Amino acid sequence: MLATWATSLQSLSLPHSRLSPVPSSPSSQLDSLNLTTHRRSFPGVSTRLMTSSDEKHRIERIASSIRVIPNFPKPGIMFQDITTLLLDPNAFGDTVELFVERYRDQRISVVAGVEARGFIFGPPIALAIGAKFVPLRKPKKLPGEVISEEYSLEYGTDKIEMHVGAVQPNDRAIVIDDLIATGGTLCAAVKLLERVGAVVVECACVIELPELNGREKLGGIPLFVLINRA
Amino acid sequence: MLPLRVMAAVDEDARIKRIASTIRVIPNFPKPGIMFQDITTLLLDPTAFRDTVDMFVERYRDKRISVVAGVEARGFIFGPPIALAIGAKFVPLRKPKKLPGEVISEEYTLEYGTDTMEMHVGAVQSNDRALVIDDLIATGGTLCAAINLIERVGAEVVECGCVIELTDLKGREKLGNRPLFVLVKGT
Repeated sequence: MLATWATSLQSLSLPHSRLSPVPSSPSSQLDSLNLTTHRRSFPGVSTRLMTSSDEKHRIERIASSIRVIPNFPKPGIMFQDITTLLLDPNAFGDTVELFVERYRDQRISVVAGVEARGFIFGPPIALAIGAKFVPLRKPKKLPGEVISEEYSLEYGTDKIEMHVGAVQPNDRAIVIDDLIATGGTLCAAVKLLERVGAVVVECACVIELPELNGREKLGGIPLFVLINRA
Repeated sequence: MLPLRVMAAVDEDARIKRIASTIRVIPNFPKPGIMFQDITTLLLDPTAFRDTVDMFVERYRDKRISVVAGVEARGFIFGPPIALAIGAKFVPLRKPKKLPGEVISEEYTLEYGTDTMEMHVGAVQSNDRALVIDDLIATGGTLCAAINLIERVGAEVVECGCVIELTDLKGREKLGNRPLFVLVKGT
């Protein structure tokens, strides 16, 4: 399936979200310019001021680097494989940069990443915006005292855990995962953070499978994605 | 004014001290007698986390590294920022049945029984120069399996990089003549 980058551009806008309005959007000012100035704000990611056509091209490149594996983990499922994105350093860098640009001025103090693919995208974002990285893990992986949140699977339930003390009341948090499907995992992640009094500013994923209505499941929590895949 | 070389050593020492001080030890996890080195508290200190990544990046940026392989799951936290900074591919090495495409597998010994590590076919090419990154080296079994996977496709493992080495467990010897670089040594 081709990525619908037009839809993903819509995802990039900032409607009814908890993000504060960013003054003088660079993309509107620079649309007519062909800026290639690079600023390195942290190792590896140049914070180039992006035009909107830049953004389109970057998202197209990111989308084209994602491989689809049919019938994994079971028949009928078209698995969105981001490992091929990670083999393209420019696409991977652009992916991180798109999130960093969105969140850098939003006073985010926590980036929570869902095991295991959220561990790949979350830390580079956290490092770039100066936030804590908090891993949310399957049961019995975190060594210290944890709080747990159970969530439903198609058959049965699962749990994710967070270290006690990792997140403080009034931390401003984003939750990162590679993909949102039904939204069950992200919902559980949001609950863990809210239970300790943090504000979940937004959930962010590389890919959304919109037919599975995960977005609705998040209730009032905004969701930002780069790519929609049917 | 101190000579540049001395100043650099002092700065590195300060960074390592900070990194080491952020690592929490949890006794008797996952079982009695084990003092678990918990890096999640390092990740809660943005300066320490940044310094950790920087120290690896400084070491590897001019070494023409084309692949950073990270061992699931804590290698996924340290590997990608290093890969991004040095312009290398990031290759996840995973437990069985997690990678969706065609894989090659390497079995390795645990204290009781064995486990298997997998890598996607085609992720690493024979002319790649690779690093293997994990949070910690204990007996070296996991890192050895990772090295084997990469060498089986004909690539070169330039070095293994870990935040922590548990020196008593002699993992370094198990890696043979392959270089190992660590930031913090613990018992």
